[in-house]
Amino acid sequence: MTSLFIQLLQAILMVLLAPLVAGFVSVCKARLQNRHGAGMLQPWRNIRKLFAKEVVLAEHASWIFRFTPYVVFTATVMAASVVPALLLDTPLSLTADVIALVALLALARFFLSLAGMDIGTAFGGMGASREMTFSALAEPAMLMSVFVLAIGAHSTNLSTMIEHTLSTPLLIQPSIAFSLIAMLMIAIAETGRIPIDNPTTHLEVTMIHEAMLLEYSGRHLALMEWASMIKLLLFSTLIIDLFIPWGISMTTDLTGILLAFSLWVLKLAVLLLALAVWETSRAKLRLFDVPQYLGTAFVLSFLGLIIHYMLEIAA
Amino acid sequence: MSHVLSLNIALLACFWVVIAAILSPFLQSKNNIQRALLCFLLGLSGLSACIAGFAGLMDDGGTILLPIGLPWLPMHLRLDALGAFFLLVIGSLLLPVAIYSQGYLKHEKRLTPVAIFLPLFVLGMIGVVLSDDAFTFMLFWELMSVSSYFLVTHEHQHPENRKAGFIYLLMAHMAGLLIMGSFATLYAASGSFEFSVMRDAEIPPFWASVAFLLAGFGFGTKAGVVPMHGWLPDAHPVAPSNVSALMSGIMLKVAIFGFIRVTWDLMGSGDFQWWWGALVLAAGSSSAVFGVLMALQQHDLKRLLAYHSIENIGIILIGLGLAMLLAHFDHPTLAALGLIAALYHTINHALFKGLLFMGAGAILHSTGSRNMEVMGGLIHRMPWTSALFLVACISISALPPFNGFVSEWLTFQTALMAPQLGGTLLNALVPFAAAMLALAGALAATCFVKVFGVVFLGHARSDIAAHAKEIDHWMKWGMVMPALCCLLLGLLPTVFIPMIDAVPKLLLHASLMGSLDGQALNTPNWLWLMPIDVTHASYSSPIVLLGMLLLGGLAFWCLHPKGTTIRRSKMWSCGNPHTHARMQYTASSFSQPLRRIFEAFYQPDEHVHAERQQHTLLTRRVKYVVHVGDRVVKYLYQPIGRMTLHLAKIIRHEHQRGIHAYLTYTFATVILLLMIFV
Repeated sequence: MTSLFIQLLQAILMVLLAPLVAGFVSVCKARLQNRHGAGMLQPWRNIRKLFAKEVVLAEHASWIFRFTPYVVFTATVMAASVVPALLLDTPLSLTADVIALVALLALARFFLSLAGMDIGTAFGGMGASREMTFSALAEPAMLMSVFVLAIGAHSTNLSTMIEHTLSTPLLIQPSIAFSLIAMLMIAIAETGRIPIDNPTTHLEVTMIHEAMLLEYSGRHLALMEWASMIKLLLFSTLIIDLFIPWGISMTTDLTGILLAFSLWVLKLAVLLLALAVWETSRAKLRLFDVPQYLGTAFVLSFLGLIIHYMLEIAA
Repeated sequence: MSHVLSLNIALLACFWVVIAAILSPFLQSKNNIQRALLCFLLGLSGLSACIAGFAGLMDDGGTILLPIGLPWLPMHLRLDALGAFFLLVIGSLLLPVAIYSQGYLKHEKRLTPVAIFLPLFVLGMIGVVLSDDAFTFMLFWELMSVSSYFLVTHEHQHPENRKAGFIYLLMAHMAGLLIMGSFATLYAASGSFEFSVMRDAEIPPFWASVAFLLAGFGFGTKAGVVPMHGWLPDAHPVAPSNVSALMSGIMLKVAIFGFIRVTWDLMGSGDFQWWWGALVLAAGSSSAVFGVLMALQQHDLKRLLAYHSIENIGIILIGLGLAMLLAHFDHPTLAALGLIAALYHTINHALFKGLLFMGAGAILHSTGSRNMEVMGGLIHRMPWTSALFLVACISISALPPFNGFVSEWLTFQTALMAPQLGGTLLNALVPFAAAMLALAGALAATCFVKVFGVVFLGHARSDIAAHAKEIDHWMKWGMVMPALCCLLLGLLPTVFIPMIDAVPKLLLHASLMGSLDGQALNTPNWLWLMPIDVTHASYSSPIVLLGMLLLGGLAFWCLHPKGTTIRRSKMWSCGNPHTHARMQYTASSFSQPLRRIFEAFYQPDEHVHAERQQHTLLTRRVKYVVHVGDRVVKYLYQPIGRMTLHLAKIIRHEHQRGIHAYLTYTFATVILLLMIFV
């Protein structure tokens, strides 16, 4: 019963903290660029404002367009609630393993791209085409990189994978290193950060994610934006879970959970600060260089898998 | 008692289609009655096949001898778990297609050829699944191939249809020849055409490999495995859509059935050599990626779906290949998991591909075109078709909570649980297959966003798309059934998998529900799908769907203002008042980035024509033409075709001689045969 409660708490935390996380990154970036920044709560204020605003639909929009924000939001939240953040063994973590988690995110992307094409503007189609093309390379790379750990743990359940990492002595394995680098590259691409996409600008010739959202307004836009913030938090938590899970609580007692929470926040802060530094120091890639970036990630994760099969299982 | 019953119901399914084929020619003048009778009998046959399939999976169906066929070889028929499963696959698509055909064939002027050959085609497929001796098998196999040739060339007034039909017939017969060779090898080892004798016979390893290769290439050709797929993307688009649904949904599966029957059952269960599994796995991986990459560049809707069939056959073969490897290395439970993954994908593909072809038929019916570039905005004019087509798109893209995801998930689990198999090649091949499966799945999602987006969303790109009409009720209900099955198979795999479990029990003497070290591995539980045990992996589709419905409903309920209508306005066009439907992304432009990324694979033939007047800056119009051809056809089939023609030219003088030359040929042949055999 307590684990169910913690599961709920964790899911709600994921959803509510997501805008703060996005705000944190933009504040860090602003400071790094010698600006004052809008404050960590700005994404929250944006969402609240958008919820209050009126929705304007294009004349030609079909039900897909109105249905999509809810699908994107719920699929992302479902995926986020599967990822353990505080407690190792939560009831929902059995519902969907890593493959199902990737597939839930793919479902959200599928509908998002359809919504982009629904209005019939050139921008929507462009965004959909690019998003699906790049995800077609990023998604298998992500699966490969997770598989490296899954094979080691003999499981694709996140809880079991984390347990395996915790119970084995810390050892730098080459396959895990490959997998980590690939995962970091994919996380940047999938959450639409620099150098793949820039979440802060509109109307660039190279935009991807925002191109599909151009026609959205009001609460629909709020749900979409919120979902993309949750996705950022989800990917950060996933990286923490897979590669640096130490500190996650095994039991449901209060001190353990509090400790796990503070460690989680600390790790998140470090990871996101690194992201802010990375984004500040990089320029955006040319669009046609993105496949090379993603191809590198795919090859790295595949190499990790091969190395793991060939060298490490036998040893 | 029940086993006599299930085989009899299966025979009843054959009986209905025989009746349909016999009665149809007499009703030539009464088009409506002919159509109604055809569809009714096909539907009855599908229903009987479904019931017989379910009954056969529950309980072994027994055997029966029919006193027809060769004098010394009566027709042996048998319904075992494997046959019953494929009978279920046939029935579950045949029934909806029969209902759909009632609407689809309404405006068909020349109904009689369809009304004769369609039942015969179905009879061939059911017969193959039931047959228990090599002669009966080949008889029904050829009936299936030949009758489907007449269905492919139904609209033979177009020369390209005749060409597609010719290539199809040619390759189907080469496949038939190879399969016959495989049976001949087994006959030499066992001395009998009967499957029951073949099963018990000892085959020397070398001849077993010969039989495996012959069966693999023979059935592989019919299933459309790369590089023997050349006939498939030509033949599927030109057949009437209800026939393409059956061809892609069932006929390719019957080839898979034949492959499993010969290599898993007749040659001794689980008795594989290590490279067989590796070869199947490699063929599966290459077919999966090749199929989806080619599909991405098509703009003919049915041709695109045909290439996706190649992809899905590849996914089925990945599961089978993994199972063969695992069975060889003595992991029967994991092998059973791989086989179940393959079989689950078989029935899933039959359902969603059947639905997709029916949807394509509906679009063809209302617009008269298969070209995606002229579609657009059909969701407003064909709401039912678009919703049902969307279900199939989500299913084939392997997205939860529909069925495609379940079978790909099971295949992934098999690959991930595969232990160290020994040998560098094998150790690299298993993760490679997993990588290719992941890539194929992601590319398939891209492809179906393209299909749905270009055909159903946006603005109409032509008049035919702007004036499309919704389909009638028959076609609609024919499509609703597989769509519901897609959802059910996605939600409740835990109900269905214990049923299929009879197949690995039969073929491998291992089962998922059985036991390892005397412990029950998997207690039947409708909520959780967990192939080996809970710490390995688990997935609960009902909870995922319930969670999403609750969350989505909550979000909608909280956010949606009551009693207000949403304001509609013009779409934002960057301040440019003149927008045009042709400014939208098309199928070709959607796949342009991938064309560029995989340029080395596609080697596209691109031309840009710019029409300029007076000055180079004053461009009046630009025309971009791109063509991506099938390079296997170009570099494998065409040279073989040219070589054959060249050889024929060389020897054609020899066969235009007089009667004395022919007598000499006969004499020489007789001498030669005497030298060999006496």
